[in-house]
Amino acid sequence: MDLKYTPEEESFRAEVRAFLEAELPGDIRGRMRLGRRITKADLTRWQKILHGRGWGAVMWPTRFGGAGWNVVQQHIFEEERADIGAPPQNAFSLRMLAPVLMNFANAAQQEYFLPRIITGEDWWCQGYSEPGSGSDLASLRTSALRQGDHYVVNGQKTWNTLGQYADWMFCLVRTGSEGRPQQGISFLLIDMKSPGIRIKPITMLDGEHEINEIWFDDVRVPVQNLVGEENKGWTYAKFLLTHERTNNAGIGNCKRALKKLKEIASRQTANGRPLLEDSRFRDRVVQVELELMALEITNLRVLSATADESRTLGPEVSVLKIKGSEIQQTIAELQMQALGPDALPYLREALEMDWVADPQFAGHYAPYAPPLTGHYFNMRKTTIYAGSTEIQKNIISQMILGL
Amino acid sequence: MDFNYSDEQTTLRETLQRFIDREYDFERRRELAQSTLGFSAEGWARFAEFGLLSLPYPEEFGGFGGNAVDVMLVMELIGRGLLLEPFLSTVVMCGGLIRDAGSAPVKRTLLPRIGTGEIKLALACYEATGRYDLSQVSCTAAPDSGGGWRLTGQKTVVLDAPSADYFLVSARGGLGVSGVGANGTAANAAGANAARDPRGISVFLVGREAQGVSLLAYPTQSGGRAADLRLDDVRLGPDALIGAAGEGLAIVERAVDSGAAALCAEAVGIIAALNEATLNYLKTRKQFGVPIGKFQALQHRMADMFIAAEQARSMAILAAVYADSEDAAERRRSVSAAKAYIGQAARLVGQQSVQLHGAMGVVDDVIVSHYFKRLTMIELTLGDTDFHLGRFSSALMG
Repeated sequence: MDLKYTPEEESFRAEVRAFLEAELPGDIRGRMRLGRRITKADLTRWQKILHGRGWGAVMWPTRFGGAGWNVVQQHIFEEERADIGAPPQNAFSLRMLAPVLMNFANAAQQEYFLPRIITGEDWWCQGYSEPGSGSDLASLRTSALRQGDHYVVNGQKTWNTLGQYADWMFCLVRTGSEGRPQQGISFLLIDMKSPGIRIKPITMLDGEHEINEIWFDDVRVPVQNLVGEENKGWTYAKFLLTHERTNNAGIGNCKRALKKLKEIASRQTANGRPLLEDSRFRDRVVQVELELMALEITNLRVLSATADESRTLGPEVSVLKIKGSEIQQTIAELQMQALGPDALPYLREALEMDWVADPQFAGHYAPYAPPLTGHYFNMRKTTIYAGSTEIQKNIISQMILGL
Repeated sequence: MDFNYSDEQTTLRETLQRFIDREYDFERRRELAQSTLGFSAEGWARFAEFGLLSLPYPEEFGGFGGNAVDVMLVMELIGRGLLLEPFLSTVVMCGGLIRDAGSAPVKRTLLPRIGTGEIKLALACYEATGRYDLSQVSCTAAPDSGGGWRLTGQKTVVLDAPSADYFLVSARGGLGVSGVGANGTAANAAGANAARDPRGISVFLVGREAQGVSLLAYPTQSGGRAADLRLDDVRLGPDALIGAAGEGLAIVERAVDSGAAALCAEAVGIIAALNEATLNYLKTRKQFGVPIGKFQALQHRMADMFIAAEQARSMAILAAVYADSEDAAERRRSVSAAKAYIGQAARLVGQQSVQLHGAMGVVDDVIVSHYFKRLTMIELTLGDTDFHLGRFSSALMG
């Protein structure tokens, strides 16, 4: 047992840090640090910079153009990435779709799509949930009927994240109605420029446009865009969800957010002293820090065990997903709470990069303050998306505990 | 013991509820929240007709002679309907402050005009870096010729300020030429500790149009309006002082306590509405072939939310009954107990209502998220849970 990083790992960390310090554009770093809006152009620019260094996909094996890093290296990278305030990469492309393509797609699909992901050329979004199919995903009804060398897709997806930016969607469709609902599902890759796709924004509770409803009206998809076998999509979908949930642990983001919380609580005041000196508040900060310390080690244990045993991730990722999402929510809540009455104003314009507080009233709104309440509201999604906490607990009780 | 409403109270409830049902649905509320004013001017006029705006004032000042329990039942409906009108600021806190601390002429001048809806007021009692500490007052009142004052300073997140005709402002000074802080520079000279001295604070009535008053107005996270208030050498007459000079902290604290008790009632209304919406969703939303309310894990969650609602209601009653108490210690204890307790109940019910609604809980066009946001803001207004826990536990130590 040893929880210390080796000298090699420490020098690897220094190398990562030096790269990030040198190459992360200052404007993106500034936006991230202040919690302001990040655009698709920012994310694509950053992806191209990472790709230029050979780090466009550090979690992919080298034979697909990845960096082939082990789990500890990936963890270090993620920690440093979040700490410096570099944006996260598109998880839908890199962490969710890509493993499915590597494991289940044919060579032509791998050769076409994977390089376009790593260069930042294609932006992928997810077509899973439907209005009647959330937790019960397998009941989905969007249909794909085979007509010659095309599928004709009809139906509706919802809660689609950032589809307004997407070039492509990986989509679960119903190709069969025989047997259990899980048996008639297929995994299709759909060009978002196809005629018949209509996308409508959904405004979230923080006032931001992050998710969409998407309708398919006789959308023609070439059969070569089917991944794996027809009616076997549920297997691939579940495989993908397992990867999605690992990513949800978000240790690096949580550590960065905790650090930010402490900074905020040091700058806010209560009774004429820094808020962090108030033991009632500080204990709340410390409580979530303990949770995060435990999760960091649990996360590494899970990832190391799967790597050592050369097996794919299993239901234990539900533990990571539940804890990671709860920690993110708690930190966001404490960041908001640290503001006290200053959490009330809704300064929407303050999410823009060039916003500065009115000099007449300067000194009141710290630059970090305006986004925090909306962020707390927004983070309520984390225990709902990618399989709600309730679904994760069902998985733990059934798949691990055998209840 | 009597937990029943009087006939008058029942009638008042029915009148207000009918108004909300007919004229204040969710869509209308959303339009109002996005309008320039941020609430319904017609609604405010209707409140005056109903007698709501004069509810808690003595009859000799045109009031209905109501008490904090009457305010509670109004606030509960305001919560349920997510109403945006500045009842809390104008009627409960500022009107209440004038009722409790104002001279007879001030009451005769202002309370009837509040009652008819002619004027609205906002309480400017918090400052930057003061968090919820009402004794942190850097704003100064220097004596002016003719017995008046000159106010200088800044107040932050003044609720309902953009629509207010007058502000009630806490400032250091007001004791006259020989009094504490009378030169208006005590706070600046002695730094932060002097700014938190509970002595030497007075309350002033400041007109919106007075020379030197400027506002930085903004919407709040729950659809209301607020502003930062800047006072640059604002000249006030002798009659601008409300209540005894130097007694401002106790005066403001009492007004804020009545406001906190009212917020407790508003939260109880929202909690009840969220529980109804969530229960309905559990019965109608089907997954895996059954209504999701058939799953025991969700049943127990809903039961916890039901318990929290009942307990919160009890605490709101406690706060209302003692909000008017002349015994300041009893009032503080009860209001802080209720606000701390209800802050936690509101968090549980707010977060779990969102969770049980799934993604429907985090979108703007479903009312659940608006209830959740309002509950969250209530918890952070007029002292958050930690502030009131601290105030309650400090009182325990004497």
